[in-house]
Amino acid sequence: MAVLQMQRISICALKKNRKAILEKLQALGVMEINHIIDDGDEDFQKMDTTNARMSFDKAAASADKAVELLQVYAPVKQSMLASLAGKELVDEDRYRQVIDRKEELQRVVSRIQTLDKEKAEQKAEILKLTNSIESLTPWLTLGVPMNYKGTAHTDMLLGVMPAGVSLEEVYSVLAERVPDTGGVDAHIISADQDSTYVAVFCMRREVAQVEEALRGRGFAKPSQIWDKVPSQAVDNMRREIAEREDKITQIEQDVVSLNVNKEDLCLLADYYRVRADKYAVLGQIPQSGRTFVISGYVPKKYVPRVEKLAKQYDCVLDIEEVKEDEEAPVLLQNNGFASGAEGVLAAFGLPGKGEIDPTSIMAVFYVFLFGMMLSDAAYGAIVSIACGVLLIKFPRMGDGMKKAFQLFFWCGLSTLFWGILFGGYFGDAVNVISRVFLGHEVGIKALWFAPLDDPMKLLVFSMLFGVIHLFTGLGLKGYMCLRDKKYMDFLCDVVLWYALLCGLLIMLIPSELFASIAQMEIVFPPFVNTLGKALAIIGAVGIVLMSGRSSKNFGLRIALGAYDLYNVSGWLSDVLSYSRLLALGLATGVIASVINQMGSMGGKSVGGVILFIAVFIFGHLFNLAINLLGAYVHTNRLQFVEFFGKFYEGGGREFNPFKANTKYADVKEETKL
Amino acid sequence: MSQLGIVYALLGAATAVFLSGAGSALGVGIAGQAASGVMSEDPSKFAKVLIMQLLPGTQGLYGLIIGFVTLSKIGLLGGGVADVSVQTGLLILAACLPIGIVGLISGKSQGKTAAAAIGIIAKKPDQFGKAMLFPAMVETYAILALLISFLAVSAIQI
Repeated sequence: MAVLQMQRISICALKKNRKAILEKLQALGVMEINHIIDDGDEDFQKMDTTNARMSFDKAAASADKAVELLQVYAPVKQSMLASLAGKELVDEDRYRQVIDRKEELQRVVSRIQTLDKEKAEQKAEILKLTNSIESLTPWLTLGVPMNYKGTAHTDMLLGVMPAGVSLEEVYSVLAERVPDTGGVDAHIISADQDSTYVAVFCMRREVAQVEEALRGRGFAKPSQIWDKVPSQAVDNMRREIAEREDKITQIEQDVVSLNVNKEDLCLLADYYRVRADKYAVLGQIPQSGRTFVISGYVPKKYVPRVEKLAKQYDCVLDIEEVKEDEEAPVLLQNNGFASGAEGVLAAFGLPGKGEIDPTSIMAVFYVFLFGMMLSDAAYGAIVSIACGVLLIKFPRMGDGMKKAFQLFFWCGLSTLFWGILFGGYFGDAVNVISRVFLGHEVGIKALWFAPLDDPMKLLVFSMLFGVIHLFTGLGLKGYMCLRDKKYMDFLCDVVLWYALLCGLLIMLIPSELFASIAQMEIVFPPFVNTLGKALAIIGAVGIVLMSGRSSKNFGLRIALGAYDLYNVSGWLSDVLSYSRLLALGLATGVIASVINQMGSMGGKSVGGVILFIAVFIFGHLFNLAINLLGAYVHTNRLQFVEFFGKFYEGGGREFNPFKANTKYADVKEETKL
Repeated sequence: MSQLGIVYALLGAATAVFLSGAGSALGVGIAGQAASGVMSEDPSKFAKVLIMQLLPGTQGLYGLIIGFVTLSKIGLLGGGVADVSVQTGLLILAACLPIGIVGLISGKSQGKTAAAAIGIIAKKPDQFGKAMLFPAMVETYAILALLISFLAVSAIQI
């Protein structure tokens, strides 16, 4: 349970070692670069590395693109869980080899991209040809080229007329409009549902009149003309398509043959990415004629590593504590159990300046409350086993993912624990199966009690756990006050509240209201009752007097105090909020028994058993999923709203070290520092 | 007369289920529209927006719970139907009302909140944890209604 202490390290070294130092720092990955030198400083200038950085970014992007294309041409099947596998680990030797071959690989990258472009061009051509064939199809039976010029005295008119035009109609239109023609010969080449394709032969001198006459009936010249006999033209085009298709196959084969380079290209892309990052940092560091300065935050426990690194070069190393007015970045460190909950804390906000890291305490409550909400032994076992298997199977999965699975592994165990206490194993599956299929009902008895039989008891316990959770939160606030030596705050904001709330609780427990809820009567000895009253009065009076102590005006101070006392209602609603522990636990159990009941409706027969198995698997998967979601959301809520509301604000900035930010693989560090 | 008692009781179970189910259907529908909008821009957010869309779905389940508990209480699920007097029947009906009505209204409101939270995910996907809290706030009241309905139904003696 700790926020790692940060120190500022500044290294001033000679420019000739600049590259080496930066690379080592990047490989180390423990320093967040943060400069405090003003831009206006005359002795130091910043280097403009924008161009270099951009060219590396571009190179990385095109290598990425090439890798994507390879995946398209030669797909490698990825299972659904592949995204959990995380980055590969490669030897430094292998990485060096790739860097040595970078020109060659660069050529492979551009070759892949060129090939892909060619393929796209070929495809476009094929599309064009296919369209041409389509528009030529109606003219296929025409035995002359479409631009046939006719004989010495005759000419040909090709055109499209509306659908349903018959040969007689063409002739009658012509007879009507051009009565004194020297002779016309019309042919219908083909007809489809939209148009009729006609060829009309007429005397050369009458072409204009004939065309005019036909136009009156909707005649129009074809939009595209080929200078070949249509059937021949189509044959040619088909041949060309086949050729281009062959070419595409060839291109595809070529690309696939480059697939051997895929891993190397991944590493190349990573290499360029890392270099781009390095140049981005290089652009930030102040440099003088011969020297440069690099400064930033390093967690205290990693400082010796940086020192050791720096000792290899001629340089000045300066270590100082983070100043009061600086806001250092936050890096959390927790043990194996609690680190799982770091993700949950980060979702709310990392500890701000002067706040403690509540992760380990929160993790305990998180697991406890989560298990109570899901509260089914079988579900818990499933969750735990699934998370455990995934954690073992994918040891290199991403950090955030790993933490989440760790957390849910423990949550699953807690669910198992609560399930055994409450006697839930797939709801009442044992009872239903034994009753319907085996004839006599057996059941596993709840170790503690079954919530369905005695909901009020669980309600009381839910609120009790709530009170413990909230009091812990208040206690943490007290701890922070004491640590910062704010004794007055500790007394007024923490001790008085404890007094008031404990007093109220002691007064509530022997009352009739509590007895009717808990169905048991608790009688305290009289002096305890008096003590409760006294505590409540001391607390209430103290809060009224002291809460507004920052205000000089006495009237205002009392008013503020009275307003703060009103927060008792906030405490009440916070405690009532824990009734969701009961409600969500019931939800799991009741829905599970609905599923079992539905499954058993087929009765004791072969069909009934099949129905039961099907309903059982799907139904419980559904119930598990929906209740996992519910438990997750509401456990978060209890932590974020009720628990954190008592002491924690968050708002810290995440530690973001200068490191090798790779996408595909991590390089195994050979030179351990 | 005693036949009418069981009618009231069944009406209670039906009310709990159909009102809260309708609320969830409305809510999930509203959130689903927003989720589809986000998906059309950025399909990689599928899992996150799906979780958000599911949040208003719980009211329907709460209604189902009360309906189921009521049905098994009056013996409609296997076994003999209990002899329910009119008074008991009306008591059960009254006990079913909280989850029905609150489920309807909170389901719809939670849907709207979830839609807004999906908007957060569209712009700031890293704020998923906090975005999820807003719809969960609405759900609190459905949970309280579930509790009261459940406690009331299980307290009624038949």
